[in-house]
Amino acid sequence: MKRELKIFDKPENVKRFLGFFYVSLVVLLIVDFFIHKHADFPWEGAPDFFAVYGFVSCVGLIFIAKVLRIFIKRDEHYYD
Amino acid sequence: MTNLIPPAAIFIGGALFVPFLRGKLKSAFMLLLPVLAFVMLVKMPEGKYWVVNFLDYNLIFGRVDRLSMVFGYIFTIISFIGILFALKVQDDLQHVSALMYAGGAIGVTFSGDFFSLYVFWELLAISSTFLILARKTKASQLAAFRYILVHVFGGLCLLAGIIIYIHDSGTTEFANIGLGGIASWLIFIGIALNAAIPPLHPWLQDAYPEATVAGAVFMCALTTKSAVYLMARTFPGTELLIWLGAVMTVVPLFYGILENDVRRVLAYIIINQVGFMMCGIGIGTQLAINGAVSHAFCDILYVSLLFMAAGSVLHMTGKIRCTDLGGLYKTMPLTCLFCMIGAASISGFPLFNDFISKSMIISAAGHEKLSLIWLILEFASAGVFLHVGIKVPFFTFFGHDSGIRTKEPPLNMLLAMGIAAFLCIAIGLFPGRLYNLLPYPVHFVPYTAAHVTGELQLVMFGGLAFLLLIRSGYYPAEIAAINLDTDWFYRKGARFFYYVMDRGLNGLNAFSERVLACAVPARLGQLSRTPISSLVTLYMRATGKGSAPEAFNKETRPEETSLAPMGTAVFLSLVFVFSLFVVFAFLG
Repeated sequence: MKRELKIFDKPENVKRFLGFFYVSLVVLLIVDFFIHKHADFPWEGAPDFFAVYGFVSCVGLIFIAKVLRIFIKRDEHYYD
Repeated sequence: MTNLIPPAAIFIGGALFVPFLRGKLKSAFMLLLPVLAFVMLVKMPEGKYWVVNFLDYNLIFGRVDRLSMVFGYIFTIISFIGILFALKVQDDLQHVSALMYAGGAIGVTFSGDFFSLYVFWELLAISSTFLILARKTKASQLAAFRYILVHVFGGLCLLAGIIIYIHDSGTTEFANIGLGGIASWLIFIGIALNAAIPPLHPWLQDAYPEATVAGAVFMCALTTKSAVYLMARTFPGTELLIWLGAVMTVVPLFYGILENDVRRVLAYIIINQVGFMMCGIGIGTQLAINGAVSHAFCDILYVSLLFMAAGSVLHMTGKIRCTDLGGLYKTMPLTCLFCMIGAASISGFPLFNDFISKSMIISAAGHEKLSLIWLILEFASAGVFLHVGIKVPFFTFFGHDSGIRTKEPPLNMLLAMGIAAFLCIAIGLFPGRLYNLLPYPVHFVPYTAAHVTGELQLVMFGGLAFLLLIRSGYYPAEIAAINLDTDWFYRKGARFFYYVMDRGLNGLNAFSERVLACAVPARLGQLSRTPISSLVTLYMRATGKGSAPEAFNKETRPEETSLAPMGTAVFLSLVFVFSLFVVFAFLG
């Protein structure tokens, strides 16, 4: 049997990965305040606009998809 | 141009020799074809050549300008990668179809007239159908049948449009057509079907996941992108495309989140990505067209990379549904790495190729002050990361451990993925080389501090949303089910149509037989045999004056009447006509 990678089997590695992820989010939020922007729209220049928009978009997307599933979900053999 | 061979001819002609070759010679020959085509492309000067006179019309096989050149390059590059990926496939049908298919796409790209365009266009549809059939499962046979029917419909729309166009304009040459008049609408619908513009899109998510592992790599790159080229050629600046494109970017995202088959998730993302290109073509400014073209170039690389990674998983494990997969990073680390490079590219992470192309389209929407479109495109950008950037690697290679223990795919498949992954990063790092190929001069600078942080915020906080929702159990679980799309109308609709026609036409047939073949002749027979008693009976029934005597109804022999026999009247008429003949013929 070949050697297997198991880095994510260890909870501390998952924790480390998530820690790195959260820190980078905070850094992004802070850095944005110090950046000069050429905005096409007024909201685009607002600090951390993209963070809020990205988060809200994805939450909205997932919830709409959940509602949509009620209407469009069918058995795998629906067309057979 | 006598020393150059049209690149399409290299592929199509070369395909014919493939069945006669064996072993390493065959592999070398197939890999040589795209290399030779690429050399030709580099040597081909701009202009119109390879013109053949046919039935008083000019067939132009070489309309070479900056727009067709970009697509020529990427189609050739992806053909090389696809052939390398498919090298170990022991099925000549697939090799021949794939080469013909690549030849068709390159033929479409360099066609300067509608005749040759249409021939190559149909070659695309037919050759790709064999890449689905070659899977040799019941599902793939049915999907291939639906696929070719839909494309025949699209091809006929295009053909009808072309015929009217030639009739109106008197020429087969085409360039910017623009919407207006029946011909242009039919041509638009024909192209839109291949570009998978809703509601004409469902063939894509229906057929691609049923294609062979290697066939899907060619399919994801060629059909939609040759339609993008043609749309950019014929309908740039058409406002309708902006809105259709915006719808295309958003709607597939919902389906992608719910879908269980990994290759179907990827099929939906193709529609989403082509949506960005359609928006760019619709906006029509130099920046937008450059954006659409460069996005097509980049999209071909990372979408085929993702299809190759998913195909490798299917090839090695025989499974492709999210519910069956998970934890494969342990035994397929390289495939996992390539998949993540594809996922990072498609999500628009800085340093990857999508970042330098999609942002041109979004900036073009911003410069034109299309605020709603801009918001939709940014929404879709965040959604892509969720839909593919996280979902595909997470549920395939991470997530729960499915217990599957396999190994990496063969070296040629790894190499093909490696080349595509390398190009994704190389173009992301050095966009200047791609920018130099684009139709218009590029003044766009992708790597500004504001753009990099904005894009990173968008995708990373989208990722945060995924993390929070999946940990709290709100993320829609992967379940073994299918989701209805507009193909419902012809898959279920066809059965309904069949039922209606069966009941309707066969019912009408039976009714006609009862009335015209049975009832009416019987009644007329009765009337001619017994005219008096029949009429008396009818009169009595109508007026309600008593009922007809029993004897009348039972009478079957012809009745004795006091009327003069019919024969006398006929005899007198004949005598009259004959006397007229005598008068006119001999006395007149």
